[in-house]
Amino acid sequence: MANVRYVSATRVFGKGMPAAVDGLDLDINDGEFMVLVGPSGSGKTTALRMLAGLEPLDGGRVEIGDRDVTFVPPKDRDIAMVFQNYALYPQKTVAENMGFALKMQGVHRTERDRRVREAAKLLDLDEQLLGRKPKQLSGGQRQRVAMGRAIVREPKVFLMDEPLSNLDAKLRVQTRSQIAELQRRLGITTVYVTHDQVEAMTMGNRVAVLSGGQLQQCATPRELYDNPVNQFVAGFIGSPAMNLRTVPLTDGGARLADRVLPLPPAIRTAAREAGLSELVIGMRPEHLHVTAASPQADAARDLDGSAELTGEVILVEELGADALLHVRLPEGGNQVVARAEGRKPPTPGQAVTLRIQPDDVFAFHPVTGARLAG
Amino acid sequence: MIAIRDPGLRAGRAGRTREPTRQLLRDVSGRIGWAVLAWAVALAFFLPVAWMVLTAFKPESAAETWPPQFTFSPTLSQFQLVFSGWGPYLTHSVIATVVSTILVLALGVPAAYALSLQPIKRWRDGLFFFISTKMLPIVAAIGPLYVIALKTHLLDSIWVLIILYTAMNLPLAVWMIRSFMLEVPGELLEAARLDGAGRIREIREVILPIVSPGLVSTALICVIFAWNELFLALNLTVTNAATMPMFLISSVPQEGLFIAHLCAAATVASVPVIIAGWIAQRSLVRGLSLGAIK
Repeated sequence: MANVRYVSATRVFGKGMPAAVDGLDLDINDGEFMVLVGPSGSGKTTALRMLAGLEPLDGGRVEIGDRDVTFVPPKDRDIAMVFQNYALYPQKTVAENMGFALKMQGVHRTERDRRVREAAKLLDLDEQLLGRKPKQLSGGQRQRVAMGRAIVREPKVFLMDEPLSNLDAKLRVQTRSQIAELQRRLGITTVYVTHDQVEAMTMGNRVAVLSGGQLQQCATPRELYDNPVNQFVAGFIGSPAMNLRTVPLTDGGARLADRVLPLPPAIRTAAREAGLSELVIGMRPEHLHVTAASPQADAARDLDGSAELTGEVILVEELGADALLHVRLPEGGNQVVARAEGRKPPTPGQAVTLRIQPDDVFAFHPVTGARLAG
Repeated sequence: MIAIRDPGLRAGRAGRTREPTRQLLRDVSGRIGWAVLAWAVALAFFLPVAWMVLTAFKPESAAETWPPQFTFSPTLSQFQLVFSGWGPYLTHSVIATVVSTILVLALGVPAAYALSLQPIKRWRDGLFFFISTKMLPIVAAIGPLYVIALKTHLLDSIWVLIILYTAMNLPLAVWMIRSFMLEVPGELLEAARLDGAGRIREIREVILPIVSPGLVSTALICVIFAWNELFLALNLTVTNAATMPMFLISSVPQEGLFIAHLCAAATVASVPVIIAGWIAQRSLVRGLSLGAIK
């Protein structure tokens, strides 16, 4: 077990190309489940491969357990990796696959056997599967064998490169919780790469959001969700995504469609200090409370200080427990997505009122994307 | 042909014309047409071979008649003649073929590895150099080869054939094995590196098992080429290393009838290759379509 550190780790694939990973600084604690998440091309997989030793560094260094491993070959880093396509040796049996690393280390056959069996039990892999070849297994079983191959080594760090992307949706959710639970039980530091922010949020102790080779924010899932440091993180984390709109500033707040959205004083001050005439506001769908348009609602606004928008429902996405409403706001025809109670969602064409607390409104710099205090 | 294969297109067309029966008829007739063509081509290739085997069982007097005789009393006398004299030739051919093929594989695997999975600097040039050696007509090289063989006292020795057959087949083998190796998923090699496998282990335990069908096809092609090689054997050997193709030539007497005898010798000479091909058949198909298997 060990902590992992990236210190200004940089990787450039070609001359004149932007860095795939650009000066990454990241501290991963001993036993922590760290998820690297980002869209494709964000450098998350490259960052993982740098840690694995499969990708050389063009700058900075990587440490495992306070030891600089930048120039250490992969096999001497005491790590185990689960690949996206599992990379099981097709001509070897499951047991041989899982025990291959131990064989390379010269571990005795009986000891190898014992550890393979132990790992198989841990992963609910049937004894009889151990004699089979990978192509005789289902996708889920292959995935577990790939996990098993990593576990058998008892490494200092697990590296996982989108290990669930080849499973169907149901199995993915199931395996997701199994991996997270297993990692907690084993307590082995894990770096997990995914493009799926739901996976990132549900599995990680902390999540590092990357974009364009740069670390945007590294925090707990809750912190990322509640306090994104910039527009990218705000838009990337959360499903459905946050509603982001560039709107002009007015005296009391921001003008959105035909209404003025009151903004908290802190944001107004920050915007004034930055000399902005417009800013980007963000509203999470569940913060837009849906009520049927009515005069009473207007009266209620003055009581709790919340803002309200009116619009027409153009699409309803039923999710079962709740429903997503695509609402077109007047003037400019901007659309926003709001989350509504699933039982009796409004129907398309219906006029609705969306209420939001000023404190729930995020604000970002329109050029840099940085969060404005709030 | 594409229209016939594509069920979607077929359905669409049938639906539009509302004539499913005619469409079906065209389908069937199309398929029969292809089958007939395939059989015609196959027969065109097979008939000379069949004629050769048939003639081998004829008495010499019935072999060279026009129109060809199909009723004759089959005889094994030609084969008896062949078997009485083929011993040394067979031995030489087997040694030259087997040893050269083993050498080709032993040298070809590392060479292909260095040109594909762990590419050396300027691997393109290396690859081109290998194939460029095949561009020179062998006739142009026979003079120098003869002198070299003479000076090294390898003339009429089995070693000269082994060396030359190895050299002759190596470029092709490197190219073939290289293409099979390129099909090995990169993730597997990375997994092997992480698991701590060194280069030798990586080749032996991970790469070779995957490309083994390809190696079998490569070996088969090397065997066929070495077995059937005549030009070098004819010019560089006399008796101590004479091979089966030379035996065929020696079956042709200066005078008299010889067609049946030649056919018997040719039949015998082609049997080992056919057996090798038959054994390798399954691997051959897998090897030649290695890329299609995931």
